[in-house]
Amino acid sequence: MELEEAKEFREKCTQCAAVSWGLTDEGKYYCTSCHNVTERSKEVINTGAIPNAKIQAINRGLKRKRKLEKGWDWYVCEGFQQILYQQAEALKTLGVGPELKNEVLHNFWKRYLQKSKQAYCKNPIYTRGRKATVLEDNPSHSDWDSEPDLPSDFSCPSFVESGTDSQPNGHTPKPFPISKASQSETASICSGSLDGVEYSLRKEKGIVKMTMPRTLAFCYLSLLWQRETITLSDLLRFVEEGHIPYINAFQHFPEEMKLYGRDKGIFAIESWPTYEDIYKKMIEIAKFLDLPRFPDITEDSYLHPNILCMKYLMEVNLPDEMNDLTCQVVKMTGIGEVDFLTFDPIAKMAKTVKYDVQAVAVIVVVLKLLFLLDDNLEWTLSNIAEKYNEKNKEDKPWFDFRKWYQVMKKSIDEKKQKWEEARAKYLWKSEKPLYHSSIDRAVVYKRREMVVSLQKQFSVLVDSAPTVEKKSPSSFQFNWTEGDSARTCFHGHGLQGILKKKGQSLTTKNSLYWLSTQKFCRSYCKHVTTYEESNFSLSYQFIINLFSFLLRIKTSSLHEEVSLIEKILFKRKYGKTKKKSRSRKRRKY
Amino acid sequence: MSDFSEELIRSKTEDDKEESCVFSGTGMSFPWLQKHIGTVETGGKKEKDFAQTTSACLGFIQEALLKHQWQQAADYMHSYFQILEDSDTHKRQAAPEIIWKLGSEILFYHPKSSVETFNTFADRMKNIGVMNYLKISLQHALYLLHHGMLEDANRNLSHAETWRYGEKSSSQEVLINLIQAYKGLLQYYTWSKKKMELSTLDEDDYAYNTASQNMFDHSWKTSVNLRALIQTPGIWDPFVKSYVEMLEFYGDQDGAREVLTNYAYDEKFPSNPNAHIYLYNFLKREKAPREKLISVLKILYQIVPSHKLMLEFHRLLRKSEKEDHHKLGLEVLFGVLDFAGCTKNITAWKYLAKYLRQTLMGNHLAWVQEEWNSRKNWWPSFHFSSFWAKSDWKEDKALACEKALVAGLLLGKGCRYFRFISKQDDQVLRKKIKQIKKSVKKHSVVNPGL
Repeated sequence: MELEEAKEFREKCTQCAAVSWGLTDEGKYYCTSCHNVTERSKEVINTGAIPNAKIQAINRGLKRKRKLEKGWDWYVCEGFQQILYQQAEALKTLGVGPELKNEVLHNFWKRYLQKSKQAYCKNPIYTRGRKATVLEDNPSHSDWDSEPDLPSDFSCPSFVESGTDSQPNGHTPKPFPISKASQSETASICSGSLDGVEYSLRKEKGIVKMTMPRTLAFCYLSLLWQRETITLSDLLRFVEEGHIPYINAFQHFPEEMKLYGRDKGIFAIESWPTYEDIYKKMIEIAKFLDLPRFPDITEDSYLHPNILCMKYLMEVNLPDEMNDLTCQVVKMTGIGEVDFLTFDPIAKMAKTVKYDVQAVAVIVVVLKLLFLLDDNLEWTLSNIAEKYNEKNKEDKPWFDFRKWYQVMKKSIDEKKQKWEEARAKYLWKSEKPLYHSSIDRAVVYKRREMVVSLQKQFSVLVDSAPTVEKKSPSSFQFNWTEGDSARTCFHGHGLQGILKKKGQSLTTKNSLYWLSTQKFCRSYCKHVTTYEESNFSLSYQFIINLFSFLLRIKTSSLHEEVSLIEKILFKRKYGKTKKKSRSRKRRKY
Repeated sequence: MSDFSEELIRSKTEDDKEESCVFSGTGMSFPWLQKHIGTVETGGKKEKDFAQTTSACLGFIQEALLKHQWQQAADYMHSYFQILEDSDTHKRQAAPEIIWKLGSEILFYHPKSSVETFNTFADRMKNIGVMNYLKISLQHALYLLHHGMLEDANRNLSHAETWRYGEKSSSQEVLINLIQAYKGLLQYYTWSKKKMELSTLDEDDYAYNTASQNMFDHSWKTSVNLRALIQTPGIWDPFVKSYVEMLEFYGDQDGAREVLTNYAYDEKFPSNPNAHIYLYNFLKREKAPREKLISVLKILYQIVPSHKLMLEFHRLLRKSEKEDHHKLGLEVLFGVLDFAGCTKNITAWKYLAKYLRQTLMGNHLAWVQEEWNSRKNWWPSFHFSSFWAKSDWKEDKALACEKALVAGLLLGKGCRYFRFISKQDDQVLRKKIKQIKKSVKKHSVVNPGL
């Protein structure tokens, strides 16, 4: 603590307004009264001084820190490997087959290390003597520790780059070719991992760098390869519900893997993954890994729209009979075909289907076909169904849109409320706090302690029964039961009131249709349409809101998907001469 | 864009409801803008979910507090503490104060809370960040006072008083003064109790001397504590009052006068009616000349024309020799009766009736007209409607008579109020009503004969 050297810094502390500065080991000023560390470092201010003293301070700091934070030597990619391992384990406990972890994800990861030149290649970017890292079934920790004779310049690579010899008592004043500011910067940068600093600075073209969201993209790629019964929206929901390690996943690193400094920016994350983002990253990674065509998605796989539509019809409590119509739409649009559904990263325009969003969009289209959703016809049809149901209490009831709306509205509002409350109560901070540097350390730990003790005090005041118990993971979010009037089950209700016989086949009584998007955007802005809620009928808004909440996606992306399906549906319809067993007349307007 | 402009339009009507504002101190505030600033993505970077959920959490706490759901508030509070670890320095630094305010509120009302819990919480919060130490200490002391724990409060204040941190900013200095003053107030309380005890003792009693010595010590300490605060601009009514009481008790009239005069007249102090009332009462006790008393009340009249001291003011003015004081006396009475709260004040009406007659007799018709001109549009329906005539007569006949005289004088005998009262046949008041009729006939402003 070089109080002497800190004398020329006379500014007030931003926290406590005191003027009492000490110099940290990294050459930054810290307030001796409140331990607030400034961004200013000694070199920047005191340009006239001989740099010698500073070298001393820096060297001493490094030495001491290494003693303090002695852990294993580890690389950033090993950290990600550890996280992927945890995630794969979690997926296994969710019921995913063990091949996903042992074969698929393992292979993808190996391929990634190779492509990004980190391992499994002739000249890996890190070390000469270092062996490739291997993802084992149970990664043994000794593996990480097995290289004690690492080249010494890895103890702080950036420091070496700056051109100073790390002689402990380097008294020989050396001329500094590099600007002093940059030197102070490198001195303050550190990390627990060996290459954390370097990693965060690396910007190589053509290399996809690992990040936390990309771990999920890896998971989803493996799920897709295995054709597992988990969609992307399910995966992200499980992440948010804490069934799959993501936020603070580094907490479960082995004790000896120390994280601080730059590692914080790499592993600590304060946002939940979003659908669009992970979707994009997944394609990006698949392309980067140069993956071959994925296994075919056929009619019997879970991700096929027919099956997913059935699943979502059940989820939102719509009659099973509607499945017939969704299958029709799938058939007419051709979105159920293998080539359309199967992901092929090498194809010219690598793109994959958002299976869950698409299935839901099909349901929305069918609802529009049946009820028009113009805030008028659906209610008229509901009146008819209501009257019929009153008269024929014995028969299979007709589907009553109004009743369904009432039940759904109530359930979804409750669910949303609970979801918002749970989010507001989410605890983001890890038990192991991350700090930027060793000065920070004490402050950060003290802060953590304070928060914990305050939480402890207030937890006594909370109702003894915990309000939010951890939900067991399920791909269904709702549970509809027969008999309970608040959660009436509509699965068995019929569509007779809405369909009419026409010769051999059935047609919808409603012969009108409106398009969600009249004109698609053709410019280069990448979005095909926009969703301005207030321009649409209230029923449509409700349906879109309902489904996008279920999938935790933006309303606009569902609206876009609906528009895209309509685009195909009506193009085909008008292109071909109609000849379908249950054809329906539609009119555009 | 379109919903932004919608907000703009809507915000006009909601403006006054919302309290929070973005730019305080500039004289302009855009409460609706805050939401937009919050949602505008800065530099293409999305707001972190951490920021979003913690602010939602804050919203839930506030809602729970509003609905007095203390347990729920505590539940959300449990999650809100993590804002102390926010990586955003600004938010992190602002957090302790918010947490203190919310947390102390919860602990104050929560059924499972106790003084001990509150103490622990306060002690913890005091030591998060430096800037809040004094504020929290003071509020902690007030909490203890509220629970009757005077000694603990005193100890707390003494602790805070000696606290120093680097270069105090000016705001902290005021806080230290305030803390000392509260300490002084506590000492005053003990002193006051001692004084009561002393008054029960006989002067010849041997205990009397020690007790009075004790008191003296106390007052000396207290005056030191209170003086610093009183000299800084602000409203310090309880402190001033107790300080003056002690000064007076020990015969330091000059000191007391100086304090009160300063408190009332120093322009740096915010306008404060109580300051003038204290000064007036002091001067009255001192038997100060009438002229002096009038000048004090004149200022009070300008701030609070409906104050109950105004009738006293009127009496002083009436007794004065100066002509313009007589005119002001009339003005003051009219002023008092302008207020809905004073409409049934019989003394005011009695004074007005009497003084009006006197003024008219003294040939100052112009004075009356001057006052009446601005009121003739609304006083008739405000005071002299037939509804009031009936209800006044039913409730308070004496009041009705006084009002009838005033009504008659101002509006003539055709006025409804006067007509109604004069038609009443009452054994006791017959003579009085007759007199009223006579006065009206003789002095009324409205003279039908002309």
